[in-house]
Amino acid sequence: MRVGIGLPNTIPGISGALLVEWARRADAGPFSTLAVLDRLVYDSVEPFAALSAAAAVTERVGLATNIAIGPLRGAAMLAKQAVSVDALSGGRFTLGLGVGARRDDYDAAGVDRRSRGAALSEQLAYLRGRLDGSGIGPARPPVPLLVGGSSGAAFARMARYADGYAHGGGPPRAFGSAAARARAAWRDLERPGEPVLWGQGYVAFGDPDRGCDYLRDYYAFTGPFAEKIAAGNLTSARAVKDFVRGYAAEGCDELILYPTVADLDDLERLAEVVA
Amino acid sequence: MRVTVVGAGPSGLYLAILLKKADPAHEVTVLERNAPDATFGWGVVFSEETLGALRDADYSTYLEITDSFARWSAIDIRYRGRVLRSTGHTFSAIRRTHLLDILQRRARALGVDLRFGVEVSTVEPADLVVAADGANSTLRRAGSFGTTSEPQGCKYVWFGTDLVFDAFTFIFARTEFGLFQVHAYPFDENASTFIVETTEETWRRAGLDRMSEEDSLAFCAELFKSDLDGHRLMSNKSVWLDFPLVRNRHWHDGNVVLLGDAAHTAHFSIGSGTKLAMEDAIALANGFTRHPSDVEQALVDYELERQPVVERFQQAAGDSAAYFGRVGHYQDLAPIQFAFNLLTRSGRISHANLTQRDPHLTRVLDSWFAGAAEPGSVAAPPMFAPLPLGGRTVRNRVVRVGGADAARAGAGLVLTGLVAVSPDGRTTPDCPVSDAWTPDVGEVHAAGALAGLRLGHAGRRGAVRESGVDVPLRDGWPLLSASPLRYAPFGAVPKEMDESDMDRVRADFVAAAERAAAAGFDVLELDLADGYLLASFLSPLSNRRGDGYGADRTRFPLSVVDAVRAVWPAERVLAARLTVTDWARGGLTVEDGIGHARALAEHGVDLVHVRAGHSTAGSRPEYRRGYLTTLSDRIRNEAGVPTLVGGYLTTQDEVNTVVAAGRADLCLFDPPPTPLEAL
Repeated sequence: MRVGIGLPNTIPGISGALLVEWARRADAGPFSTLAVLDRLVYDSVEPFAALSAAAAVTERVGLATNIAIGPLRGAAMLAKQAVSVDALSGGRFTLGLGVGARRDDYDAAGVDRRSRGAALSEQLAYLRGRLDGSGIGPARPPVPLLVGGSSGAAFARMARYADGYAHGGGPPRAFGSAAARARAAWRDLERPGEPVLWGQGYVAFGDPDRGCDYLRDYYAFTGPFAEKIAAGNLTSARAVKDFVRGYAAEGCDELILYPTVADLDDLERLAEVVA
Repeated sequence: MRVTVVGAGPSGLYLAILLKKADPAHEVTVLERNAPDATFGWGVVFSEETLGALRDADYSTYLEITDSFARWSAIDIRYRGRVLRSTGHTFSAIRRTHLLDILQRRARALGVDLRFGVEVSTVEPADLVVAADGANSTLRRAGSFGTTSEPQGCKYVWFGTDLVFDAFTFIFARTEFGLFQVHAYPFDENASTFIVETTEETWRRAGLDRMSEEDSLAFCAELFKSDLDGHRLMSNKSVWLDFPLVRNRHWHDGNVVLLGDAAHTAHFSIGSGTKLAMEDAIALANGFTRHPSDVEQALVDYELERQPVVERFQQAAGDSAAYFGRVGHYQDLAPIQFAFNLLTRSGRISHANLTQRDPHLTRVLDSWFAGAAEPGSVAAPPMFAPLPLGGRTVRNRVVRVGGADAARAGAGLVLTGLVAVSPDGRTTPDCPVSDAWTPDVGEVHAAGALAGLRLGHAGRRGAVRESGVDVPLRDGWPLLSASPLRYAPFGAVPKEMDESDMDRVRADFVAAAERAAAAGFDVLELDLADGYLLASFLSPLSNRRGDGYGADRTRFPLSVVDAVRAVWPAERVLAARLTVTDWARGGLTVEDGIGHARALAEHGVDLVHVRAGHSTAGSRPEYRRGYLTTLSDRIRNEAGVPTLVGGYLTTQDEVNTVVAAGRADLCLFDPPPTPLEAL
């Protein structure tokens, strides 16, 4: 299992300088991937913009949206952003997509939330097919696609169009149960081989309370569920190691650990823990 | 901390005890609407694991509870005049009123303020308010918990009897109205719980919907007269009920927390309601041990610990409730198979762990399944029992997709991937076409397996780039379907087939079947699934035709089956891969699928390969391990057709369990590769 790190693009107040330094250090560290989250109505940096900045100062590390809320963008514009980041990074990009869970993002984008599942399917079909020969460049080899979500329809969509599954977080056991569903869907659609499986977790070492407060705020739209997400914040080296082992045992291919405090010391600490 | 618990059932009282014990400074009040000695229900069951938790949580009540237990280890199944006994299980039960009495005394001794006869609609401010007031919780209505409550399973009525059973006893009684079943177990040295259950249709046919409490008791007493063996059936406000399946998205709102049945219910047929409720109380009390001064954190801990456990029980309970809803269809199973099917109904017991509990039962089962002349003689596990099918015999119950490698890996039947009847019936450009493809049946046969060919026409799912990926080729070919509706985004609109298209496709199927016969295939599997051409006629979502092929959606597919059957050798197996439910609104239901399977069998199909979903790209499959097994069970037992089922079966234990329980005849076995294979 590879371990990646999140870029703190959704932590309010993040400066460009810190974001770029974070990317540089991640590139120098043991991390396989730098991943970003996506949210429209929040004090956060747009994911493709953040990854473009990261692409400019890194050479090795993979870049990923995990996930970006596809339907907030038109299919062609989404494709343009994806091939752009892939070109800027020299083919290091993985595009993870989902429908997201926030009503306000859809309202602000002026997109009908009720048809978000169908819209995402159409985007995936576009990225997999129409894009090629559309004239939208730069021309790139196919960008690896991940799909997130927990409904049966989401798993079917993942198996129909994507290369793998992006899990939304939780204890290893929850990941394991989602992984079984992803594999079942993969076989159901008669895809050869196995889906690539990505997991994620949240980390704070130096100031756990601040990290938990951020999670409560970021996930406030989920109501009481936000407290459970905050309770899952990994705040010690031991907790991170247990979590990493647990995900590896459940067959995770790539685990992204997201910072909940934008503190470079946390990055260095995490680099030591997962090295 | 000031704590108000509403409801003096087992969970509310137990929580009060544990909180007060942890910190005597807590002011704990329990409010109960009924009198202290009001009785509802009869006995409650516990499992062995629960007892460990009770011992660790409060030893003195554990001692008192276990001292008054009725304990037993057998399950009796009374079925078609026989009694089958399975042993090695562990049960214990206690009279509900006695349990409450123990808990009330302990709570009082610890200084809990117990108030009975208090109608609670609003609660005075407290640091923590606990809604332990049952499935119909009043307190729950005041908060925002995302509550759903819906009826689950059969009609049931909860009696007691002075007959003391010596096993957990299931009784199945066939009547002129339909099947009735009993769940009975002892709970002390004088009495047993005796729950009678039946489907709503049978219940109405028997006139129970119009009977008084006394008359329905008399009806049940008469029906189970011989089982009761001269003993009485006793009512305790025993009326027929629907079991309410209660779920809550959130178990706490502010400082109000749900406990036990108020938070969740699990169908009584897995006997876990009280167990789950008391475990809730332990988890909640532990939350306050970890976070003594932070109510919110304690409640979050409680939810995080309990919700996953409860979800698993609710899944198992749902499977169990559904089993008892359709058990009337299993009345032709041999007694030993009926018993195994019953014991494995909720997915919590498999062939392997039943073998640990009751090795003699599985020995007899395996021997019966293998068709041994001497009952109980040693036999291989069920997956290795040969299966006679059509005029052929499959050497075991394992089916794999592939070639000679799959046969050498032990499969009894090896299926090819899709072979198209014609070039326009291909999925991808690489998809083999019947007349331009040379199969190697000889190698499969040499490895001891039967060879099966999956023959089909991809219809509107044709001309895609990769297997399973519904992205159209840029330079595809014209597609055919029942109606001119595209399958997935950007896909080509298929041509609505006319009579001449149908004649041509039918002739292609026939010619391909003749080639398959000449090539030596033992099994021909016609593809009527997954939104492919023949399936597109069956589903109302893809067949919008106004002609006779729309009025009778089976007309064209069955005409193909007839034409193929006519040329396919009678002694060889004709199988059909069939979508038995569309898993989409307005689409085929399982009942439709059962009808289609029956029609196929009448037209000479020997085996139905059960598939579901994908009639449209927007179907909503319900993925989990073995997610097609229940559908296969229904097709096999309600349509009376042998079935093959996949659905992510990855262990031999799953295969043994599925085939021995009569849920399918063959399993598509799909173990993941493991590094161990390289050793």
